[in-house]
Amino acid sequence: MPAPIRLRELIRTIRTARTQAEEREMIQKECAAIRSSFREEDNTYRCRNVAKLLYMHMLGYPAHFGQLECLKLIASQKFTDKRIGYLGAMLLLDERQDVHLLMTNCIKNDLNHSTQYVQGLALCTLGCMGSSEMCRDLAGEVEKLLKTSNSYLRKKAALCAVHVIRKVPELMEMFLPATKNLLNEKNHGVLHTSVVLLTEMCERSPDMLAHFRKLVPQLVRILKNLIMSGYSPEHDVSGISDPFLQVRILRLLRILGRNDDDSSEAMNDILAQVATNTETSKNVGNAILYETVLTIMDIKSESGLRVLAINILGRFLLNNDKNIRYVALTSLLKTVQTDHNAVQRHRSTIVDCLKDLDVSIKRRAMELSFALVNGNNVRGMMKELLYFLDSCEPEFKADCASGIFLAAEKYAPSKRWHIDTIMRVLTTAGSYVRDDAVPNLIQLITNSVEMHAYTVQRLYKAILGDYSQQPLVQVASWCIGEYGDLLVSGQCEEEEPIQATEDEVLDILESVLISNMSASVTRGYALTAIMKLSTRFTCTVNRIKKVVSIYGSSIDVELQQRAVEYNALFKKYDHMRPALLERMPVMEKVTTNGPTEIVQTNGETEPAVLETKPPPSGLQPASQANDLLDLLGGSDITPVIPTAPTSKPASAGGELLDLLGDLNLTGSPVSAPVPQIAQPPFLLDGLSSQPLFNDIAAGIPSITAYNKNGLKIDFTFERSNTNPSVTVITIQASNSTELDMTDFVFQAAVPKTFQLQLLSPSSSVIPAFNSGTITQVIKVLNPQKQQLRMRIKLTYNHKGSAMQDLAEVNNFPPQSWQ
Amino acid sequence: MINAILVFNNHGKPRLVRFYQHLAEEVQQQIVREVFHLVLKRDDHICNFLECGSLFGGSDYKLIYRHYATLYFVFCVDSSESELGILDLIQVFVETLDKCFENVCELDLIFHMDKVHHILQEMVIGGMVLETNMNEIVAQVEAQSKLEKAEGGLSAAPSRAVSAVKNINLPEIPRNINIGDINIKVPNLSQFM
Repeated sequence: MPAPIRLRELIRTIRTARTQAEEREMIQKECAAIRSSFREEDNTYRCRNVAKLLYMHMLGYPAHFGQLECLKLIASQKFTDKRIGYLGAMLLLDERQDVHLLMTNCIKNDLNHSTQYVQGLALCTLGCMGSSEMCRDLAGEVEKLLKTSNSYLRKKAALCAVHVIRKVPELMEMFLPATKNLLNEKNHGVLHTSVVLLTEMCERSPDMLAHFRKLVPQLVRILKNLIMSGYSPEHDVSGISDPFLQVRILRLLRILGRNDDDSSEAMNDILAQVATNTETSKNVGNAILYETVLTIMDIKSESGLRVLAINILGRFLLNNDKNIRYVALTSLLKTVQTDHNAVQRHRSTIVDCLKDLDVSIKRRAMELSFALVNGNNVRGMMKELLYFLDSCEPEFKADCASGIFLAAEKYAPSKRWHIDTIMRVLTTAGSYVRDDAVPNLIQLITNSVEMHAYTVQRLYKAILGDYSQQPLVQVASWCIGEYGDLLVSGQCEEEEPIQATEDEVLDILESVLISNMSASVTRGYALTAIMKLSTRFTCTVNRIKKVVSIYGSSIDVELQQRAVEYNALFKKYDHMRPALLERMPVMEKVTTNGPTEIVQTNGETEPAVLETKPPPSGLQPASQANDLLDLLGGSDITPVIPTAPTSKPASAGGELLDLLGDLNLTGSPVSAPVPQIAQPPFLLDGLSSQPLFNDIAAGIPSITAYNKNGLKIDFTFERSNTNPSVTVITIQASNSTELDMTDFVFQAAVPKTFQLQLLSPSSSVIPAFNSGTITQVIKVLNPQKQQLRMRIKLTYNHKGSAMQDLAEVNNFPPQSWQ
Repeated sequence: MINAILVFNNHGKPRLVRFYQHLAEEVQQQIVREVFHLVLKRDDHICNFLECGSLFGGSDYKLIYRHYATLYFVFCVDSSESELGILDLIQVFVETLDKCFENVCELDLIFHMDKVHHILQEMVIGGMVLETNMNEIVAQVEAQSKLEKAEGGLSAAPSRAVSAVKNINLPEIPRNINIGDINIKVPNLSQFM
């Protein structure tokens, strides 16, 4: 068969291909030829073939069938063969192929070869792709070569040792004795690789680190020689003597000096010298300076040195070279936490970098600017950052907006400024604001009570023109829903009040609802806002009713549900509507994880998607129950009133209404302040729909539970035969003073093992002079037949002042609970 | 540590591909393509550093590149290397190539891919910098080529092939050749140093 074509021929041929397909064809043909040549076991041309194979591999074609051939080449005696063989092994083989282990023996022999270049090849290959098994086997050879006097081999052995340590960390100790003399070398190549080896060892093991600290003086001396020695043509790069070595040594010094006072002390002088003497006109000088600065910042240097370092970084910022500016910004970002004041000095330069054309620099400058914002400079910085937000690329806007919100929250000098800043961000980058910012903003707005009118007015103006930016529209709809009355009445103090009629406001909200640009979430906000306006607006209630009923048949399930419920509110529960839709109280700052502490807050934050129903009617009573909860503190007595109803929205209201229907109570209808509780069903079952208890057990003595300030409360007891764990207590409250007690409210709490049900009282006024009483029924479930204890709380108005009292009732007769 | 060294031309054709990390071949090719796209987008007056964490699966990695005439030299490094230092290293690499090939141009890299690898091997082993002294590197490379020539070189043919190689005088011919549609007018690299 004809001699395989030379590598150059092949390359020339491939370059004549005009299309990818042609090229593929040529390569496939050649691959076939190579494969048959391999099969013929032709020694003479093998290296040529493998070279061609490597070329094709670089272009992206599969070349795995050449792996074994590489091994055969390595085993050959000729240097050319070995060279290509090793190159092929490095490019084509790796740990994952089992074939590579076959190389071990060859490498071992070559490490002991007479020709240093062959040894070099072996070291190179081992250092590039040696697997852990190979490294373990050959570490001894490498260590031997580390001690040789041949500098060519020594430097390669050092890097090979680094690779071995990376693969098999346990072997680190083996190389320790060899490192003793490494730094005494004159050859810079060896010095360089030795420093790399030392660096690797120090980074991996704290013991080694401690051990090598004693080398600091030696390193300092070497560095000094490099700087002070005159022109040395051998190592000169643009006028500086071996900058690569200087940088390496500085890096090692950094690792050695970290957290160690003595070493840092020893380095101070040389670092100052390098920092002041290095020429900065070329990139090499700047590379050294940069490394010096990083080292100074990392070790325990004295403050003068640190200031020097930051000033160097400041000078870098003014450099024309983009790379230098980039590098300076990156390092300033790292140091801004520790040396905040020093970095502040360069604030104006950093802010200028925001206007740079280079994207990488802009990003760094933005991050650094956020880190530099503090209470003093917040106004100026915000101005710059807002301007930046206006003009920057879209990929920055989301981060910038979040950053501005955070900074504004921490350092806002006044509420008005804060709201203005938020408005500005929403209007310029409205669609890039993150979703979680919307609830935070709403909460912020609720908290600044005096700014409500101003806020709603500005938001209204903002969406008048353009309602496509979703977060902006969401916040605006919410605010208009809450504070629409302020908007229409033109009450704004901070600014010229605008003339907005109810219809105009509803127009805007309706267009948001209809618009194709509105997301489903936004529509939800808008619908709820319209609904809330039904209590705040006076003349347009019918229009609102119409809008709400239309959406009752919306395709969007979320909207449909809301509309149907709001409709129900209009139709059946109109009397509850004002209470339900009244102004949200100030919200507690909620933590971002976990559910809100519903027990503590009276309002509910509006997670846009989840919030489907208006706050439950159980809200007011729950708040009073919460007061009792606070009163009782951490004792084992817990109020029976389950707080669960507040987490089940309007459905609790529904149950409540059912309860009232079933119980058929005598006495006045439920008024809001009375604590009514959703009861577990079995209590009701036990009572078999008879509200008052007729089964009277053999007379249980009644007790006076409370007698103070003219108010007396008696308890009478009844027990049921059908359900022995239930005790019914009837309280009678009488007033022996000369004035009536009005707004009387009785609340009770029992220990955890009990359950309590309070029915509605007969009235809330106790007439004076004992001329009448209030009766109220309490049902207690006591399944464990424990001693009955109760804490009661009484609130009433007497002689024009509000009175409140707490008492504990312990004198229950045994028959009432046994 | 240097993760990868890539050299490709303005159209994305790879001229030197060296990974110091184990990656499957398809992944290697994909990385070359993506790096090319990233680097092509950069203007000339922008800084030479790029973040590229997503490509290599770690957030630590940066691309440091330099553009010489028709070729991009891209080094992918992690945080243990000094960025400005690597820029200098790229410069040393190119100057070494220039010395070894005498006014190197893209064609030299194309036709002597193996030699470029050997030069690189004298500078970087296992992702770590071995030698930065240009003269030293050149001296070692020359010594090894002498060894090769004594054995008959890559062609592995008897000595008449050696003289044939001597007569080819490669650096000059390619400048005049019109190969198909590709009209090569490659300027001297030394202008850009």
